[in-house]
Amino acid sequence: MALLEIEDLHVEFGSEAQPLIAVDGVDLAVDVGEVAALVGESGSGKSVTALAAMGLVEFPGRVRAKRLVFSGRDLLSLGDAQRRALVGKEIAMIFQDPLASLNPCFTVAFQLMETLRVHGTDAERSNAHARRVRALELLRLVEIPDPEARLRAFPHQLSGGMAQRVMIAMAIACRPQLLIADEPTTALDVTVQAQVLDLLLRLQREQGMALILITHDLAIVAETAQRVIVMYAGEVVETGPVPAIFEAPRHPYTQALLAALPEHNRDRARLEAIPGVVPGQYDRPRGCLLHPRCPYAVERCRRERPLLYGPSERQARCHFALDASGRPTGGWKPETRTAPSEAGA
Amino acid sequence: MDEAISSPLEQTIAAPAPGTMREFWRSYAQSGGALIGLALIVALLLLALFADVISPHPPNEQYRQFTLQPPMWEEGGSSNFILGTDPVGRDMLSRLIHGTRLSLLIGLISVALSLSFGVLLGVIAGYVRGPTETILMRLMDVMLALPSLLLAIAVVAILGPGLINAMYAIAIVLLPHYVRLARAAVIAEAGKEYVQSSRIAGAGALRLMFNTILPNCAAPLIVQATLGFSSAILDAAALGFLGLGAQPPTPEWGSMLAGALEFIQRAPWVVTFPGLAILITVLAFNLMGDGLRDALDPKLKR
Repeated sequence: MALLEIEDLHVEFGSEAQPLIAVDGVDLAVDVGEVAALVGESGSGKSVTALAAMGLVEFPGRVRAKRLVFSGRDLLSLGDAQRRALVGKEIAMIFQDPLASLNPCFTVAFQLMETLRVHGTDAERSNAHARRVRALELLRLVEIPDPEARLRAFPHQLSGGMAQRVMIAMAIACRPQLLIADEPTTALDVTVQAQVLDLLLRLQREQGMALILITHDLAIVAETAQRVIVMYAGEVVETGPVPAIFEAPRHPYTQALLAALPEHNRDRARLEAIPGVVPGQYDRPRGCLLHPRCPYAVERCRRERPLLYGPSERQARCHFALDASGRPTGGWKPETRTAPSEAGA
Repeated sequence: MDEAISSPLEQTIAAPAPGTMREFWRSYAQSGGALIGLALIVALLLLALFADVISPHPPNEQYRQFTLQPPMWEEGGSSNFILGTDPVGRDMLSRLIHGTRLSLLIGLISVALSLSFGVLLGVIAGYVRGPTETILMRLMDVMLALPSLLLAIAVVAILGPGLINAMYAIAIVLLPHYVRLARAAVIAEAGKEYVQSSRIAGAGALRLMFNTILPNCAAPLIVQATLGFSSAILDAAALGFLGLGAQPPTPEWGSMLAGALEFIQRAPWVVTFPGLAILITVLAFNLMGDGLRDALDPKLKR
């Protein structure tokens, strides 16, 4: 059963005439207890998708969607207060920079207990002692040593890993059904990264919550996620289960992302890279959004924007989806070298 | 994480962290001026609190046979009136001590008034943005464009002279400073991630504005409030001097100055001492404000 269903989500910023398209027709479904990874370069719309799903895109941004359903309730038709009550309790989110995500003015105890006072169980809402007990329990759950002392600490007295654990404790305080982790380990040391990921996955299993992992680190995805959604320039370009999507990517972008991993470049002098950058407000290409950067781009790619092809569990947005050996299919023929778009790539 | 290894380590690191207050006091006490300011303010507070006990005479009692008596160290002075008497024979020292009470009260009330309204308007402007902000801030710009004393005089002219109305006038004059300061601080804080995560946890606009963001904007506001104290006292004295503030026989420093102006040649002490009192009080608050700014402003921290 799908816990979160997003259909045809659009998010735009800036003027009506020439908007910055951050999310362009994204469909996304996350099942109960599933670990899904949203992958893509910076600026591909991963975080905005999550924020839009929680109704947190602020005024200059415009959000449209055909369907936005969380656990059977339509988020589009909910009032502001109702949505806050639902979202704060059942969807939680943690961010990239844990030290910036804690309010510097208040202690860990205050911030944890504030969440509990608003969204906790009946006992927690009415009873300060129950809140304190639960706060301690939460800190133990996220494996913080000496939790009594940590409760009295201010955020600036915590290390990055410790602060991220506190953020996780706050996120799971109300036993959410869905946890969105927006690059939860990017700001942390490599050793701490592994600990925090292990912790997230353990909590995900124990609490039976769904986890959306937003990241650009494919190594993390390979270890943790059951399903991957690859985004590019605000579109979903490929979805598929792990490890199939890593073994045989069907979209050239996924293939290029994987080729850029250090592990796949062992004996080379230079790391494989994707030329160019994600298109911005003024250079959004016609046709396939990837074509200026795609090694396989042909005339049809420049002309016609591809749809998501394939069965629902394994889709790719490419006219010439790659086969198991990594070559384009569907009657793809290499163009002669005179193609004009090569210069832009 | 391996707890057996990590916990003793964590504890030893956590142990010597200094308390917030001690850390604050250490950086405040680094400046001698700030300490002097604080000592003066404590002394003034004690004077104001125990004015009735300390002052040798009632402030409004007129000793008609001793008019314009010089201070005790000058010829013709007596130890009965340490700082001399004014033109109607009231004891200068007692009036000055009671004036402390009034001056501090004026500072406190006008700063409290303009701080609370200023913060309210500033937080709204900084959080809501858009046309609300534009209207509020342009209004504040207009108020700032007028010379402060002129604006205060205009307000008192509308409300009528008197100590209470002078406080309102001063509060109105000080208001734009707090609004601008609060707005700027709120804008800087509102974009931070902890605000976002609080919003995700379901916090509404009011909670975000006043519980989440406002405490993080406190430092510049505290400094401005301390400095505002001194300008409030100064403005009150000026209004009193012009006859628009405290009315006789209230022992307010500014009106004491005004009442004794004609005797400045014959009896300089009746003008000197109220002036000195104003100077010292204003200086004390400015010194403390500067010290607070150094201690609270993270950008100036070493």
